[in-house]
Amino acid sequence: MSTDDLAQAQETGAAGGRTVELGMPVVVGARHGMFGATSGQDTTGYGGLVVPIAMPGASERPYGGWFDACIDALEAGLDGAGTAYADAVEKVVVDRGELTVFVVREHLPVVAQVLRDDPALRFELCLGVSGVHYPGETDRELHAAYHFMSITHGSKRIRVEVVCPDADPHIPSIVATYPATTWHERETWDMFGIIFDGHPALTRILMPDDWPGHPQRKDYPLGGIPVEYKGATVPPADERRAFN
Amino acid sequence: MAADLGTDMPDTADMADTAHGTSPGLDPRLGASEHTATSAAEDLVDSPVFTVSGAGDWDDLVDEATSLHEERIVVNMGPQHPSTHGVLRLILELDGETVTEARAGIGYLHTGIEKNMEFRTWVQGVTFCTRMDYLTPMFQETAYCLAIESLLGITDDIPERASVIRVLMMELTRISSHLVCIGTGGMEMGATTVMTIGFRERERVFQIIEMITGLRMNNAYIRPGGVAQDLPPGAIDKIRELVPEIRKGIRELELLVNENPIVKGRMVGVGHLDLAGCMALGITGPVLRSAGLPHDLRKAAPYCGYETYDFDVITRDTADSYGRLRIRLDEMYQSLRIVTQCTDRLEASAGDPVMVADKKIAWPAQLAIGSDGMGNSLDHIRTIMGTSMEDLIHHFKLVTEGFRVPPGQVYAAVESAKGELGCHLVSDGGTRPYRAHFRDPSFNNLQATSIMCEGGQVADVIVAVASIDPVMGGVDR
Repeated sequence: MSTDDLAQAQETGAAGGRTVELGMPVVVGARHGMFGATSGQDTTGYGGLVVPIAMPGASERPYGGWFDACIDALEAGLDGAGTAYADAVEKVVVDRGELTVFVVREHLPVVAQVLRDDPALRFELCLGVSGVHYPGETDRELHAAYHFMSITHGSKRIRVEVVCPDADPHIPSIVATYPATTWHERETWDMFGIIFDGHPALTRILMPDDWPGHPQRKDYPLGGIPVEYKGATVPPADERRAFN
Repeated sequence: MAADLGTDMPDTADMADTAHGTSPGLDPRLGASEHTATSAAEDLVDSPVFTVSGAGDWDDLVDEATSLHEERIVVNMGPQHPSTHGVLRLILELDGETVTEARAGIGYLHTGIEKNMEFRTWVQGVTFCTRMDYLTPMFQETAYCLAIESLLGITDDIPERASVIRVLMMELTRISSHLVCIGTGGMEMGATTVMTIGFRERERVFQIIEMITGLRMNNAYIRPGGVAQDLPPGAIDKIRELVPEIRKGIRELELLVNENPIVKGRMVGVGHLDLAGCMALGITGPVLRSAGLPHDLRKAAPYCGYETYDFDVITRDTADSYGRLRIRLDEMYQSLRIVTQCTDRLEASAGDPVMVADKKIAWPAQLAIGSDGMGNSLDHIRTIMGTSMEDLIHHFKLVTEGFRVPPGQVYAAVESAKGELGCHLVSDGGTRPYRAHFRDPSFNNLQATSIMCEGGQVADVIVAVASIDPVMGGVDR
C-alpha cells in the first residue's frame, strides 16, 4: 500500500485502530479499483473505487460459548498476579468461532504465565508464534499471533495477539514460560524482524546468518526471474498482473 | 567475453572482477573462462587459500586443540549426511563417545513457500503447501483448505463425500509417512530389509494415491471447497485389493522389528523424553503419545467427520524411541481400519458431489487428463465454448482472478503423521492469502533434539532424531 493510499484512507477516517471502539472493524488499508489494475488500464469504470480493508473489530460481551468463562478466568488470574485486566488486555475479538485476545506487549509474559498456570485456564501447549506485517496500520505494523491449546479443558484454543510498531519492534519473549516458542520466536525474528527481548539466543534460523532484511515483511520483494518458454516470457510472480 | 567485446566496453575488466567477487564458491583452479582465470590469479596474490586438504589455518586449530589435551571434539553431522533425514545439521560436542551438547541447525531447505503463497491465488496455494512436508502432502492440503473454508464460513457446506475422501487420503498418507519413518529409521541402524519392506509397502499405498490423484506425491488434490476429482472407476476395488496386502506387509515389518534384539538394543531407552518435557517443548504426535498421553486431534478436536469413525488412539508409556516405533506400527493398523470404513462409505455415496455447491468457489469442472497430458475436460469445454457464455465468463474469472475471502484470520489444525499441523491464515479480503503460516510439527518437535541426545552416545543421536521423524521440507518450508 502506497503512502498516497494511506493518506486517502486517513482522510476518509479509514485508517486507525489505535482507539478501541467496540464492534468497529480495524481498517488496515484500502483497496482501489475493481480488480486491482495498477498500470492505468482499468477500463471497468470503477477505477476510483476505494474499499477499506477492515479486519474484525473488538467484540462485546457476551462472547458466547466458553469464551466468557475463559476471559473471566483470565481476568481473575491477572488480578491474582497483580496486573489489572484492563491494562494488560487491549481488546477481545471473537471471529469465526475463534477467540483472540489482544495483549499489550509489556504484559505478555504475565498473561502467558497466567494462561499456563491458572487451573481454570491451563493452556499447556503453546503452538508457536506467527508474525503478520500490516504496513497500513500506523504504529501497529507488526503483529505476533500466539496460539495456545489447553488439553486439560478439552483441546480449547486461544489466540493471543501482540502488536508493536515498526519503529520499535520489541516484544518480550515468553520462552521462560513456554520453551516451545524458542524456535518459533527465532523464525518470527528472522522473517519479520520482531525482536523478542529476553530470548536466550535470538539468531536467524531459516535464512543464512548474514542475510540482510526480513523476507516475509510486506516491503520485502518476492524476487524471481522471468521464465522463457517457447518464445514467450512470463514475468516473475510479483511482477505479473494481479487481482486484489 | 572480454576479448569479444573489445574496446567498446572500457569497464569490462571491472565487470569481470565484480562477477568473480560475487561468486565466493568459484574454484579458481577450474579456470572456466579467460577473465575469471585472470582475476582469480590476481586475487591469489594477497588472499589466503582454503582448500579441502586444509591448507588454511586448520593446522593451527588442530595444534591448538591438541595442546589442550582434552578429548572434547565438536562434530558437524550434516547437513549432507545420509542418516540425518535430508539436510539437517547436527552440531555435537563430544567427550569421547558421549554427546555432551547437541544443537540442530536448520534452514538448508528453506524455499520461501509461505512468502510465495502470498503471491498466488487461494486455490494455487494448495500446490505450494503440498510441497512443504513432502511425505505428508495431504495433511498440509487439508489444513490449508480447512483454514480457507473456515475463513469463507463454508465449513458446514463441504459435501460429505469430499470429507470422506479427505479422510481416506489422509490416512493413506499417514501409513506411507510412517512406513518411510520406520524404513529409513531402520536403514540408519543398518537394517536394510526394514527399509526395503517399508518402501515396498509405501509403493502399494502410492498405487492407490496415484490412481485417485494422478500423482504419487505433491498431489494438490484437496482443494478449497472439496477435492479436485471424484474417485476414478475401479478405485474402490483397488483399495479393497491392496489393503490386505498392505496389512500383510506391515505385519511382516512388525515380525521383523518388534522383538528383534538388535532393534531393541538400539532403541529401548534411547531418545527419552517424558511428558513434562513434551508439554514444555510443545511436542505432539507419536512422540507425545509415547509419553503416555492419548492426545490426538482426530479425537480431541475432530475435523472432516473423524468423530464418526471407529479407531483407537495408540499410546505407550516408555517415552523412548522403541515406544515411538511401536506406536507408528500400531497406528498404521488403525489407519487401515479407517481406510476400510471410508471405502464402505464411498461405495454407498457414489455419485454424490465432491465439491461445494457454491459456484463462486467451486472449481468449475471435473478435469480429465487430455492427450496433451494437461488437465482438461471435453464435456466442460463443449459447455462453456458452445452453449453458455455465462459459464465461460465464470470459468475465466475463477481461474484467472480466483475467489475473494472475507478479511480475518483463522487457525486450523489437523493431526498429521508427525503431530499437530496448524495453518494460520490471514485474509485481507483479496484473492490471495495475506499471510499463510504453517506450524509444522517437525519444526517444533526438532527442538527436542538437544534434550533427547545429550548424555547419550553418538550412535544414539541417529536413533533419537529418527524417532522424531523430521522432514526438512516441512521444517524449513
